[in-house]
Amino acid sequence: MLAFTLRRAIQAIGVMIAVGIISFSMFRYAGDPVNQIVALDASPAERAAIRKSLGLDDPVPLQFARYFGDAVRFKFGVSYQFREPVAELLKERMPATLELAVCATIFAMVLGILMGVYSALRRDSWLAKIFQAVSLIGISLPTFLIGILLIYLFAVVLGWLPSFGRGDVVRIGWWTTGLLTVSGLKALILPSITLGLFQMTLIMRLVRAEMLEVLRTDYIRFARARGLTTRAIHFGHALKNTLVPVITVAGLQFGSVIAFAIITETVFQWPGMGLLFVQAVQNVDIPIMAAYLLMVSLIFVTINLVVDILYTVVDPRLRSSISRPA
Amino acid sequence: MLAATIVSIVSIVSLATTPASAQTLRYANQGDLKSLDPYTLRESTTIAHHGHVYEGLTARDKDLKIIPALAESWETPEPTRWRFHLRHNVKFHNGDPFTADDVVFSADRVRAKGSDFQSLVPADAKVVKIDDYTVDFLLTTPNPILIAQWDAWYIMDKKWAEANDAVAPTPVSATTPSYASLHENGTGPFTIESHQPGVKTVFKANPNWWRKPEHNLKEIIFTPISSEATRVAALLSGEVDVIEPVPIQDIARVNASANAKVLTGPELRTIFLGMDQIRDELLYSNVKGKNPFKDLRVREAFFKAIDIELIKTRVMRGLSTPSALMIAPQLFALSKDFTRPKFDPEGAKKLLTEAGYPDGFEVGMDCPNDRYVNDAAICQAIVGMLARIGVKVELLAQPKALYFAKILKSGNFSSSFYLLGWTPATLDSHNVMFDIMGCRDDPASGRGSTNVSGYCNKEFDAITDKVLQESDTTKRDLLIKQGFEIAAKDFAYIPLHQQALAWGVSNKVKLTQRADNQVLLYWATKQE
Repeated sequence: MLAFTLRRAIQAIGVMIAVGIISFSMFRYAGDPVNQIVALDASPAERAAIRKSLGLDDPVPLQFARYFGDAVRFKFGVSYQFREPVAELLKERMPATLELAVCATIFAMVLGILMGVYSALRRDSWLAKIFQAVSLIGISLPTFLIGILLIYLFAVVLGWLPSFGRGDVVRIGWWTTGLLTVSGLKALILPSITLGLFQMTLIMRLVRAEMLEVLRTDYIRFARARGLTTRAIHFGHALKNTLVPVITVAGLQFGSVIAFAIITETVFQWPGMGLLFVQAVQNVDIPIMAAYLLMVSLIFVTINLVVDILYTVVDPRLRSSISRPA
Repeated sequence: MLAATIVSIVSIVSLATTPASAQTLRYANQGDLKSLDPYTLRESTTIAHHGHVYEGLTARDKDLKIIPALAESWETPEPTRWRFHLRHNVKFHNGDPFTADDVVFSADRVRAKGSDFQSLVPADAKVVKIDDYTVDFLLTTPNPILIAQWDAWYIMDKKWAEANDAVAPTPVSATTPSYASLHENGTGPFTIESHQPGVKTVFKANPNWWRKPEHNLKEIIFTPISSEATRVAALLSGEVDVIEPVPIQDIARVNASANAKVLTGPELRTIFLGMDQIRDELLYSNVKGKNPFKDLRVREAFFKAIDIELIKTRVMRGLSTPSALMIAPQLFALSKDFTRPKFDPEGAKKLLTEAGYPDGFEVGMDCPNDRYVNDAAICQAIVGMLARIGVKVELLAQPKALYFAKILKSGNFSSSFYLLGWTPATLDSHNVMFDIMGCRDDPASGRGSTNVSGYCNKEFDAITDKVLQESDTTKRDLLIKQGFEIAAKDFAYIPLHQQALAWGVSNKVKLTQRADNQVLLYWATKQE
């Protein structure tokens, strides 16, 4: 168990170093960073001085070591456009993205599980067929289109919800939350739906398939023969066994939710890391691009590691197969 | 900690439920406001924002005429000496009095390393304080349009800058942000109450402003909204009062809505095409050994192949004004003496044949796709028009960050045929003649620094130099006309049109639209 954890941790570090190399090379190969900093008509002497101050004349391995050493301590340099430290910018924007991602995931899971269970238990009802149709829409429509349609319907036509922004936020320490204000909660609704819709259809279909599968197994049949109530069978036994793969998938998908947040944040002008990244790409602000890449990779890798470990903890059958040498 | 949170929740909830005061104006722009330092970024939206909190020695009124601001009056006792008499009893937002020391300090700071506005005050000009309210600028050569751009050169408070370590304009590799990029201290009609770069900026009216306000606003809340659909939705739903720009395809929709209208008018920006006339062989063409654009007939053929009225009706939906000149007619008094050569595809084909290209040739075209109104669509239309005369154009449309890096000086002017837009920063023809039409054979002089095509006519340059020194306006305009006639005969460039401004404005707001596209809300009034 410990050996397994250590092995996975070392693999994770390897992935981070690989990502670090890629984001470092962005600085060197995606254009001359000096160009981004000085005015167009700077003299060669000025440019040489700036190159020296940024350490661009040192050998490449040394520059990479310095870059990675700084990154590990969360020192990502200064943004070209904002002239502020990138770490500060990311810290400022991270709560917005994380809140949105968590709300979207909760929305997706709650609705997905409910709809999936219903369509498994009442397979031929008309409501189940509607759910199937909705899931098709959720998968086929692109995120930005869903976002714009929702804005048009709820903000312009009905006027119930805001069309952009995060509303009023409450600052607690370094975290800003929109959950404690009315306008913040209202502002969270449309972006969460937009971001979570794809996830929701995925979970719904997964739960439905898993549930149907589980309901066909022997032990469910024996439980019915034994005389347990339908409710005890469906929710006590079948659902519990369905949820394990669902939670695994949802957890792994969390990383991609954060990644897809870029589009949702752009449509709703949500002040999160994704919007920051899009603006950085448009303005060729390489420090932000590189830092965002590293942060998102860290999140992905951490989640995967945690899910892998949790999976073996939750499912006893896997533990023995792992402790045996491969 | 908990108590503080509870208090803030209660206050914010109560704020959320009270209706916004009618004197709060909400403004959303496509771009955002990053740094509050007025010398960091020379870009018209940023300059407009800073214009609400900072002021220069001069300003421009609603018709773009130069009017006194922090300088009450000025004179030139000698051609190389400008004397400015400063306004009395002006205070910065923190209470510091405005004096000549601040002007001298700002002149040094604007020319320092890290400033994007270095060309606004000549590098070799000496700035001398005569007394607390008089400053002299001593130049090495006469410059009748010295103050033409000074409505964007904002005066900063010397004491405040020195006290907060903000003497250098936003240092390059700092580990802590510059004070001036997050705080402001100007003399203008508004102060900045809070600023989250790229998210939201709140302006509050300055009760101690020295001018009598024409606006009735207590507060301006600025939020950037980069997604076009969202920005229009926010205007239609009433969440914002002013947006800029309104995408062309949504103009009819906004005008048809109940609570907003679109203000349109010609912008000062002239959109034009340029052709590489300096290289011996084009970088992106199938013609080897010679450069077709060096032949006047080929340039004329390209000009005559373009149906600008079709571009206006189909691509710009009527929102453009075809140009005959490389400068907007509002900025040049004798522009009515110029007419645009007629669209003539048959004549163009004949010219090409005469020049030795009966079957046309292939050429690559560079175009931005997110800088000007419908820029990529205009280029695509031009590709089709040139195909009619036998020229096969391969279009490369890119985002502006890549496009400008490729075609400007820093990219070694790597283009054979390109589209560009230009508003002369001085609002004067000399800027156009010097920067984009002057020979670029002498980089140290600065001439032709944005002359991507390499057009070079020594006679034209001589006239440009005379224009700079001529103080008599009538003579000057005649010289400019002479210069433009030479360039028009040479078919140096292909001016296309002036694009239109489109500001979305709520019906509750009255606003003046200035042709340089600066959204200045100190001229806005909002009714209950």
